[in-house]
Amino acid sequence: MQKDIEELESLSVEDRKRLAISGLELDSLNRCGSFFQIDQEIVHMSCEYEGIEVLTLEGALAKHEWLEQYYWKLVQKDKDEYTRFVADQKHPKGYVVIAKKGSKNILPLQTCLFLAHESIQHVHNIIIAEEGAELHLITGCASSASTEHGAHYGVTEFYVGKNARISTTMIHTWGENIEVYPRSAAKIEENGTFLSNYVAMSPVKNVQMYPVAELVGEHAVARFNSVVVAMPGSCLDLGSRTILSANNTSAELISRAITRGGTVIARAHILGEVEDTRGHIECKGLILEDGIIHAVPEIEGWVTGTELSHEAAVGKIAHEEIEYLMSRGLDEDEATATIIRGFLDVKIEGLPEMLQKQIDAAIDAAESGF
Amino acid sequence: MIRIEDLHVEIGDREVLRDINLHIGEGETHVLMGPNGSGKTTLIRTIMGFADYHVTEGAIVYRGRDITNLPIHERARYGIGLMFQRPPTIAGLKLGKMLVATSGNRPEEVAEYAAAMNMAEFLERDINAGFSGGEIKRSEVLQLMIQQPDFVMLDEPESGVDLENISLIGSAIAKLLEKDRHIVSRHKSGLIITHTGYILDYIEADAGHMMCDGEIRCHGNAREMLQLIKAKGYRECIECKKI
Repeated sequence: MQKDIEELESLSVEDRKRLAISGLELDSLNRCGSFFQIDQEIVHMSCEYEGIEVLTLEGALAKHEWLEQYYWKLVQKDKDEYTRFVADQKHPKGYVVIAKKGSKNILPLQTCLFLAHESIQHVHNIIIAEEGAELHLITGCASSASTEHGAHYGVTEFYVGKNARISTTMIHTWGENIEVYPRSAAKIEENGTFLSNYVAMSPVKNVQMYPVAELVGEHAVARFNSVVVAMPGSCLDLGSRTILSANNTSAELISRAITRGGTVIARAHILGEVEDTRGHIECKGLILEDGIIHAVPEIEGWVTGTELSHEAAVGKIAHEEIEYLMSRGLDEDEATATIIRGFLDVKIEGLPEMLQKQIDAAIDAAESGF
Repeated sequence: MIRIEDLHVEIGDREVLRDINLHIGEGETHVLMGPNGSGKTTLIRTIMGFADYHVTEGAIVYRGRDITNLPIHERARYGIGLMFQRPPTIAGLKLGKMLVATSGNRPEEVAEYAAAMNMAEFLERDINAGFSGGEIKRSEVLQLMIQQPDFVMLDEPESGVDLENISLIGSAIAKLLEKDRHIVSRHKSGLIITHTGYILDYIEADAGHMMCDGEIRCHGNAREMLQLIKAKGYRECIECKKI
């Protein structure tokens, strides 16, 4: 293991900084465990907490036969060229995290997917929270400052058991010519909660993702939050879909998007299939410099007892808001930055404070760029 | 403290203030009265420097310095403060964060002043989002307590405020204006827009000015002027052309 840690420490100062702003702690302080994959090499894997098992995907498939029931069951292999690419790998990479029945750990498990030299990094991850378990993940995805081109294909399948809870916080720090295609899906059983948070404040060429959460057990809850900034040349086609297929399930899909010249497509879809279901979508966009924000909130109800709503707004900062802060002594730039920081400030219900702070820090780190 | 000389102001291409002359000395509090649309709010927003208000003639001189063309924040930093009648809501920006951002190097005072204004539980709320009339005024006064301006302009501080809040707000404003100090050691000045005069139960005014049609028509004792208005309405003022 010592060798592995040395390998992480051999990263350049700049790359270590990129991992830090992606929410990763190389000394693993305040983390219950860590998984680091650089390109296709798994360089570090540890977990101090016995209620959580962390394995490589290959190791997990060899160790647990039953895992076959979870492998490629939520994401289809032939969904698109990216899933096919991942499915065709002889030696699939990525990790499996299993939070054992009843285990509760507030300290997050950190996973790092770092693109250094390879043209395509691929992973397939499976995350399982068994009955009554609570699992928090923070995933930092980044490319080296010296990586000019590359792509990341990631398949992730989340299984939230009865009375279980998974929060996953993904912070992206890619480069201007990197393309990213995560393919994720989640299944949430009775009384389970799934929180998915996404932060991307750095330039990237292309990110395209549309995770789907299926709420199959009564009283299941899903919440998706995303906070993104599109720099010139970036195209962020993001969204999420939630299917309310059991009574008393609910979903909330919230996005905050800023363009400084790039394109954001903020998609969201909630489908209310059965009675006594609720869903709300909130897409807010701020155009700071000419670019595109295209909000596509969709709500679809099939029965009388489903209540779905959405609000979407795209615009600029109101001048009277800037003048209000200027009248308190902030200059125009300070006032604008303060308002933007407020716009991006999303408090996520049910998220441990440490992870909320991590999200806040990732946004603060980019704040100077405004 | 502040001297306004022959001020003419346009919004768009319409002249909204004409030939305004006003002098408020150090430690003095003046009251601005007049019917709706007479130009009271326009005058204080012009003094604050908002972009839509174009000074076409005249000058605003603050502490001997011509501030007519200074940006808003520089006026604020020189010590001019404004209590808004209807401040904007800023989605996402928490009141506490704004107060820390505007407090300079005194973030520790935020909690103390918030408690004094019964606003502690609002620090984590978006500024003015869903605030009641009284809560907006308390928030405004709290912001001014952090800012500590030397010249305070108050746009209808009592409007929309219930009896319980008016005492809290009135007392806090009195303190902002150093009304608790002896007149000789009082340095803060104020300009208050009021329709009802309720605020004068808490703050003694030194002079009153009546605005009509974008002009200041007369000056006098604030209480006497308010009593006249209460008895006879603004009609006499509108008809009276005497300056």
